[in-house]
Amino acid sequence: MAPENTPPPVTEFDAAEAKATIDEMMKAYPSKTAKKRAKQALVNDPETIPEIGANTRTIPGILTQRGCTYAGCRGVVIGPISDILHITHGPIGCGYYSWLTRRNQVRPYKDTDTNYIQYCMSTDMMEEQIIFGGEKKLAAAIREAYEIFHPKAISIYSTCPVGLIGDDVHSVARAAKEELGINVFAFSCEGYKGVSQSAGHHIANNGVFKHMIGKLDEADQGEFRINLLGEYNIGGDAWVIDELLRKCGITVTATLSGDVKYDQVCKAHTVDLNTVMCHRSINYMAEMMETKFGIPWIKVNFIGAEGTAKSLRKIAAFFQSKKLTDRVEEVIAQEMGELKPVLEAVKARVKGKTAALFVGGSRAHSYQHLFADMGMETIAAGYEFAHRDDYEGRSVIPTIKVDADTRNIEEITVEQDPVRFKARKTPEQLKALEDGGFTFKDYTGMMSEMKKNTLVIDDISHHEIEKLIELRHPDIICSGIKDKFIIEKMGVPCKQLHSYDYGGPYTGFKGAANFYLEIDRMLQTNVWKYAVPAWMKDKATDAA
Amino acid sequence: MLNGTTAEIKPREALRINPAKTCQPVGAMYASLGIHGCMPHSHGSQGCCAYHRSALTRHLKEPVISTTSSFTEGSSVFGGSANLNQALQNIFTIYNPDIVAVHTTCLSEVIGDDIPSIVKNAREAGKVPEGKYVIHANTPSFVGSHITGFANMTKAMVTYLAEKTGEAKDQVNVIPGFVDPTDMREIKRLAGELKANIVLFPDTSDVLDTPQTGVYEMYPKGGTTIEQLKSTGDSIATIALGHFASRPAAESLEEKFGVPASVGELPIGVTATDDFIDALRNYARVEVPASIVQERGRLLDLISDMGQYLYGKRVAIAGDPDHVISLVRFLLELNMKPVFVISGSMGNHFENRVKELLKDAVPEAKVKQNADLFELHQWIKNEPVDLLIGNTHAKFMARAENDLPFVRFGWPITDRMAHRVFPTVGYRGASRLINDIINAFLDKKDRECPEETFELVQ
Repeated sequence: MAPENTPPPVTEFDAAEAKATIDEMMKAYPSKTAKKRAKQALVNDPETIPEIGANTRTIPGILTQRGCTYAGCRGVVIGPISDILHITHGPIGCGYYSWLTRRNQVRPYKDTDTNYIQYCMSTDMMEEQIIFGGEKKLAAAIREAYEIFHPKAISIYSTCPVGLIGDDVHSVARAAKEELGINVFAFSCEGYKGVSQSAGHHIANNGVFKHMIGKLDEADQGEFRINLLGEYNIGGDAWVIDELLRKCGITVTATLSGDVKYDQVCKAHTVDLNTVMCHRSINYMAEMMETKFGIPWIKVNFIGAEGTAKSLRKIAAFFQSKKLTDRVEEVIAQEMGELKPVLEAVKARVKGKTAALFVGGSRAHSYQHLFADMGMETIAAGYEFAHRDDYEGRSVIPTIKVDADTRNIEEITVEQDPVRFKARKTPEQLKALEDGGFTFKDYTGMMSEMKKNTLVIDDISHHEIEKLIELRHPDIICSGIKDKFIIEKMGVPCKQLHSYDYGGPYTGFKGAANFYLEIDRMLQTNVWKYAVPAWMKDKATDAA
Repeated sequence: MLNGTTAEIKPREALRINPAKTCQPVGAMYASLGIHGCMPHSHGSQGCCAYHRSALTRHLKEPVISTTSSFTEGSSVFGGSANLNQALQNIFTIYNPDIVAVHTTCLSEVIGDDIPSIVKNAREAGKVPEGKYVIHANTPSFVGSHITGFANMTKAMVTYLAEKTGEAKDQVNVIPGFVDPTDMREIKRLAGELKANIVLFPDTSDVLDTPQTGVYEMYPKGGTTIEQLKSTGDSIATIALGHFASRPAAESLEEKFGVPASVGELPIGVTATDDFIDALRNYARVEVPASIVQERGRLLDLISDMGQYLYGKRVAIAGDPDHVISLVRFLLELNMKPVFVISGSMGNHFENRVKELLKDAVPEAKVKQNADLFELHQWIKNEPVDLLIGNTHAKFMARAENDLPFVRFGWPITDRMAHRVFPTVGYRGASRLINDIINAFLDKKDRECPEETFELVQ
């Protein structure tokens, strides 16, 4: 597990084979489709990273993994805030499908607190509201919700028809805020906006920033205060990280958004450092908090033992405290010690096996670290809804062309807060950090960490997955619910990285152990061997 | 658990809390998958398609395919014609289905896309190959529920495909409703036992419960074939199992081709299954074989053996209207007391029929259409019940109410597997339901009873 002791395996991938795989994937497509897909499917070169087509429109008629802006906003970023009441404004479906289907686990402060994640609330728009407008029904729904539940805050989410019929959800929210005396705010996150969930993340970031962050000037007690951004507590991931950080003496004020409460979000601006897990879904917030409040941000990765250790060291380095650095080293040594026998036992069985990951806007990258820990090779990877910077690194941001779909998503102008802006480091401290090689905003993307001639495929289609399996035979694929059973019908185990197949946590050292054992289980599972019964094997032999 | 839910019932007209329904397109997608060689297509934002595929997959643990028009803001302004055109070309080129079944979404409905004329143009432009079919159903999410969507797509199969050749066919159409693949398989088995020729449509068995063979087939062997669907206009009659999910297609066959429509109820429980067998026997002019009579007898024997654990128990039920109507019939056959009965879908027939069923046996019962799980939970808080029956969403209520005995029934069931293998329709299905109900009671008793009443034999 320690790179200085065990050099990574020296598997080399063949350039011609990689190119042939992609060519084969493109063959079935009509020419226009092939032309577009070819920009999104590349042979990797970590040295001269090629430009990938990402965050572009999904091609109609392609079996895609992608979802919508509403899902990215309500489902991913805001949904996990457990003590605000969430109302979907629209026909019933959108509210229904985003009800408990993401596994953002929650522990309320007290047993008697209401966990709104267990509730699906919707205006259940019917034809009458489509014709005559839905604002009245929305206003009434907010009032009824308040009367029944008396929440701290209410959040409203627009679905496709709301935008088309022109309901002004923001003015309904403002009026309700005045009437009820609690915070009420709305998101124009209609599903047709943008090209994927990603637009919803951006809209959600803007809303959280405008309506929550900075509302409570009450810093947590405790030293080394940070926020963990882009961590959603799927399967309890955030709790593992939180426990680990606490053990080191680091205080997490807010985890956005995993098991997080309204007041924690409102005081998120009181920390000294933002750490970013999922860069795609939340880098906007980190940027805005830096501009307004002076909080610097760094990229961290608590997926994989190596990544976790590196991230802890980086946080410690930022605070420039020997006490913290020493404690972090102690914790890493202890946790690595506990993890080692598990890893070694698993590694002996799975080393050299191959994986392909097609998921999300960060996991297809970060989970490669777990496979690397185990000595497994990632032969292909791609995101569902990420942008070029998540593939090629943040250095390409200035060169990304802003297309019409992106232009439609609001960019809010953020200015330095005249009172609460505070530089977290003196120029001398910054210099010392820089001299030590410390970097901020340092996401270099997936491709620089993948081997030469591996495949990078954005928004992979069903057909391309089929071809990948047929031609490259990965031993395991990480994907989501819609692909899982297709892949498994082909006899390849598929680990869901949205829901974790109802397992987890997979973060930190404890989570890494869970993941190693899970992958070991999946690769050792007997069932795949029995697909062809004895008599059919006989027949095959006879025929031959 | 659900501790914002209080016994006090405050007036509520605008806010839906914990729905007992979802939107039309998912039902249409499910019905489409019951046509052999079909690619369902969702005309709207891609999120709808992603949600529907995920929802069906979580219930079935099977590949659920569907393409989408992937609307952007531009298509929402200018209409989705270009998207559907491109989609059809891609679908037929890449995935080569026999038929594409398009359903609309709230977005394309509000825009007002005219699917038939878009498809006509696409065909003229060569985007739809010769011999391939494209059918469509309007399924706006702001009308009806997922059951309406299933009904509309099933009706579209008739509208687009059914024909009358004038040559009568010795077959009976059976429309199973929004039931599981295993239920459809069971209906076909029963018909097979009767030696009755049926065309079951839609039919998701062998499409959405396929074997693990190491080979993925995008279009597995199951599903009603286009030829079979065409032939439905020549059938002796149509037995529609369910007023809500199945009646519209059956009535359409009657109106268009004079195929008599017999609208029955889902064959869940003793008498509803009897009704189905009897109707099929009559139309197909066959004798009911001894094997069916024996199956039925074994069910009655189970009921008489175990009836003591069921008698007089107060039951709360939430579910889809056709399912709930038949389940109420069955629970009454078991001398149980369905005291709270709700459906998330709308339709007066639901309330009328359930009230009619309950008027003598459980006159105090509360029955409500267009209701939700939050309201049902409040009723339970005010007047406790012995058993809760519903889809997986209801398990939160069961836990909140001190581990109330709970039986999963209907759609979706996302946390257990029996529904994938064992039907709830027919006499065998009834046996399975009794098994589930008795286990719910006795498992709880075994977990919680004092040692002196912990029984070896029950």
